[in-house]
Amino acid sequence: MTIRTIRPNRGQHYRPRMHCLQKIEAHMVEMQDPKSGLKGAEQKLNVTTIPHVITGQDIIAWLLNKMKVTQEEAEAYGTMLVAYGYIYPLQNHRKLVMCNDGSLYRFQTPYFWPTQKWVAEDCDYAIYLAKRNIRKKGVLEPFEQEHYTHLHTWLNHKWDFIVMQATEQYKAGKERKKPDRVVLDCQERAYWIVNRPPRRTHSALDYGTDRLIDPTVEEKISFDQHRRMNIFYQQAIMRSKVKSSVSLGALVKFVNTYKNHDPFLAPCLPSNPWVTDNDTYWTLNIRRVDQCTKMRVERWSFSFFELLSDQRGRDDFKSFLKKEFSGENLAFWEAAEELKWGSAAAIATKAAVIFKTFLAPGAPRWINIDGRTMGLTVKGLDHPHRYVLDGAQTHVFLLMKKDTFFRYLKSPVYKEMQKRALNPELHNFSEAQLEQNARNRSLGVHPITVWEQEEEERAKAAIASAPVDVKAMMSKIDRK
Amino acid sequence: MRGVTSARQQHQLAEAGEPWWRQRESERKRPNTRTSSTIPSPLCASSLKMACQALQSGESLATLKNESDSLKKKLEEERAKLHDVELNQVAEKVELVSALSIRTRRVLKGHGNKVLCMDWCKDKRRLVSSSQDGKVIVWDGYTLNKEHAVTMPCTWVMACAYAPSGCAVACGGLDNKCSVYPLSLDKNENLAAKKKSVAMHTNYLSGCSFTNSDMQLLTSSGDGTCALWDVESGQLLQSFHGHTADVLSLNLAPSETGNTFVSGGCDKKANVWDMRSGQNVQSFETHDSDINCVKYYPTGDAFASASDDGTCRLYDLRADREVAVYQKDSIIFGASSVDFSLSGRLLFAGYNDYTINVWDVLKGNRISVLFGHENRVSCVKVSPDGTSFASASWDTSLRIWA
Repeated sequence: MTIRTIRPNRGQHYRPRMHCLQKIEAHMVEMQDPKSGLKGAEQKLNVTTIPHVITGQDIIAWLLNKMKVTQEEAEAYGTMLVAYGYIYPLQNHRKLVMCNDGSLYRFQTPYFWPTQKWVAEDCDYAIYLAKRNIRKKGVLEPFEQEHYTHLHTWLNHKWDFIVMQATEQYKAGKERKKPDRVVLDCQERAYWIVNRPPRRTHSALDYGTDRLIDPTVEEKISFDQHRRMNIFYQQAIMRSKVKSSVSLGALVKFVNTYKNHDPFLAPCLPSNPWVTDNDTYWTLNIRRVDQCTKMRVERWSFSFFELLSDQRGRDDFKSFLKKEFSGENLAFWEAAEELKWGSAAAIATKAAVIFKTFLAPGAPRWINIDGRTMGLTVKGLDHPHRYVLDGAQTHVFLLMKKDTFFRYLKSPVYKEMQKRALNPELHNFSEAQLEQNARNRSLGVHPITVWEQEEEERAKAAIASAPVDVKAMMSKIDRK
Repeated sequence: MRGVTSARQQHQLAEAGEPWWRQRESERKRPNTRTSSTIPSPLCASSLKMACQALQSGESLATLKNESDSLKKKLEEERAKLHDVELNQVAEKVELVSALSIRTRRVLKGHGNKVLCMDWCKDKRRLVSSSQDGKVIVWDGYTLNKEHAVTMPCTWVMACAYAPSGCAVACGGLDNKCSVYPLSLDKNENLAAKKKSVAMHTNYLSGCSFTNSDMQLLTSSGDGTCALWDVESGQLLQSFHGHTADVLSLNLAPSETGNTFVSGGCDKKANVWDMRSGQNVQSFETHDSDINCVKYYPTGDAFASASDDGTCRLYDLRADREVAVYQKDSIIFGASSVDFSLSGRLLFAGYNDYTINVWDVLKGNRISVLFGHENRVSCVKVSPDGTSFASASWDTSLRIWA
């Protein structure tokens, strides 16, 4: 199998940022609009006058007005504009932030915007550095010097060409008028600060790894792809849909049911461990507690799935089923889950065990499902695959959900649970106590230890009880 | 003779299951549809056969394209017919969310480079995170202890996941593989020695997730496919073809049946898949740019997606349409990651402009903005009991907010 290591250059560099850059450009155009945009002034800088200079304050004020955001957001966005190279600072050219004061900025010429179709290539950068070298007579800034030395090694074969280009550009530059030259210098310098930042500083243009798809190429869809799409659309059109009012109503209902259980919306009782550094909330909600909290018990009543997802709830349900002598349904469901999610190698063995325990005529924990499902399942077990028990499992699950679950909620077991449930007091720590808590954060139990304990318990239960604890056998076969 | 498929034709059918994306080499393992571990779907086989027949007389690429376009329009009309109410209308009577006071409670420092992905453990306090320099660290978020550290042989580890039992972690990235590392209580043990290579793709791994047990792993890759693997043997159990570009993210449904998952990719589509048959069940294409992250609503009947176009959208699976768009003119930069709070009322979204926005799912407005990170937020995940959420960022730190 070949692993592709060389990625063809498909102009990928612009891809992840493309969408946001389009929006930024729209803003930049508006900002420079003669009527509604920012008005630049002239600024004297070392003898020359630079036109169209704006202050940071003005930019941020314009952003606040235009985008209707908070001060913080406007400053953050302003900094982004500088970081991406659309606006560049005049005074401290290396620090790419937008300061909300009188610091001076200029708009970058569209020629140097990030969305232009060419890459900021090393060769161009080398030419720029060489030119600067000539101008400054060998005195470059430290990070530029680093880059220069690096490029000198790697582009050595092209160095004559680079120096020649640099000299040409330098001579051409000398022929320009002084103000134009200064402006062009500033722009070029800003462009390269953005595209070749000093080592170990982060660049806003960093977008991560390339994605494989080339967005500029028109997608060619062949005829068989069209056919498949047509089949898919036809199936989608025929599929039954639900009215929006019904499905959205269900979403709203869910939110309303759970809103008191959401730690972000209602306070955790006794307190959120992350906030107060006291983990009573977690210790109260582990599996092996005698008394559960009120919230936990209430949550079990929301749906059968909630009851089963919480191990403590499942244990409680199991004890209720034991009293009713109908524990085989849940045991079968658990065994079927183990089969479905277990390792592929163990499927055949597990299926055989399940058949012997639950499905064979006269089995010790025979489940009562309708004849048709039973027939299909038993037939499927001749060639067991992962989903062979799906039909029977769904049947049993629905049975439990529609009948047994509601009886459980009305049963004395559950009512007893509700009566004994704890309602912990809301913690009210003082500053000193909070600091104390922060120093004494408990380590809790490592999940591996918990897992090992559970395994031991399951093994013990398997040996002790009869009929055979199917779940334990399943896990043992899996773990082997 | 129609109706009878010879062995050769069957082989051709299997070949026809090739990904649609023509630029890729087909050197990956073929799904083994003839073993007893997957169920062949009769509808799938016959439709593939239909699709691969040569162009009939009177058909051409243009006519097929027109048919596609008209069917797509018809599907939109059908969807719109049952759309009788908007989400914020249904949510009118729901009371507003009171001001949230979410602050950073923990800052996890230790990675030397961009943190790309993270996942919580079921014990609600431990988490695993992976970074650009190949390091995968398992933390106890509560005490800030680093419990395990693994150095992967590749850089850009873009996906990591914690096993449901808490005994293993899976991770992968530019090595095109997903490997499972069993964790141990012994601090001095070299975890890399027990590493198990499970998944193998033909391009970078973008996302991985364990199913309900430690034994199965679901992965998504830059080669445009998702795949379900058996951890023990490394066997490919099911593969999912349908995306025409890189798949960037996947999420398993939280339902009691747990048989579906959703994936989002660079083709701007979010697809819902059936794990049993490998079929693409539903597809949504309303984003303007790559979908970076998809996450199910707690009920499993809806999901949210975050995209490079700066919006997050909510799709309802039963109504089969997009029902909400979370966007603002001032949000320019792409959203990289989303997650729901426990009740599904809040949507936490991490963006490329270094912020995290908290949206009201029902009313559609933004509740608050969280600043704190100094570089892109790459991953946002709510803890299993909903008490906090963690954010991983390119500024090499992770923050836990509550």
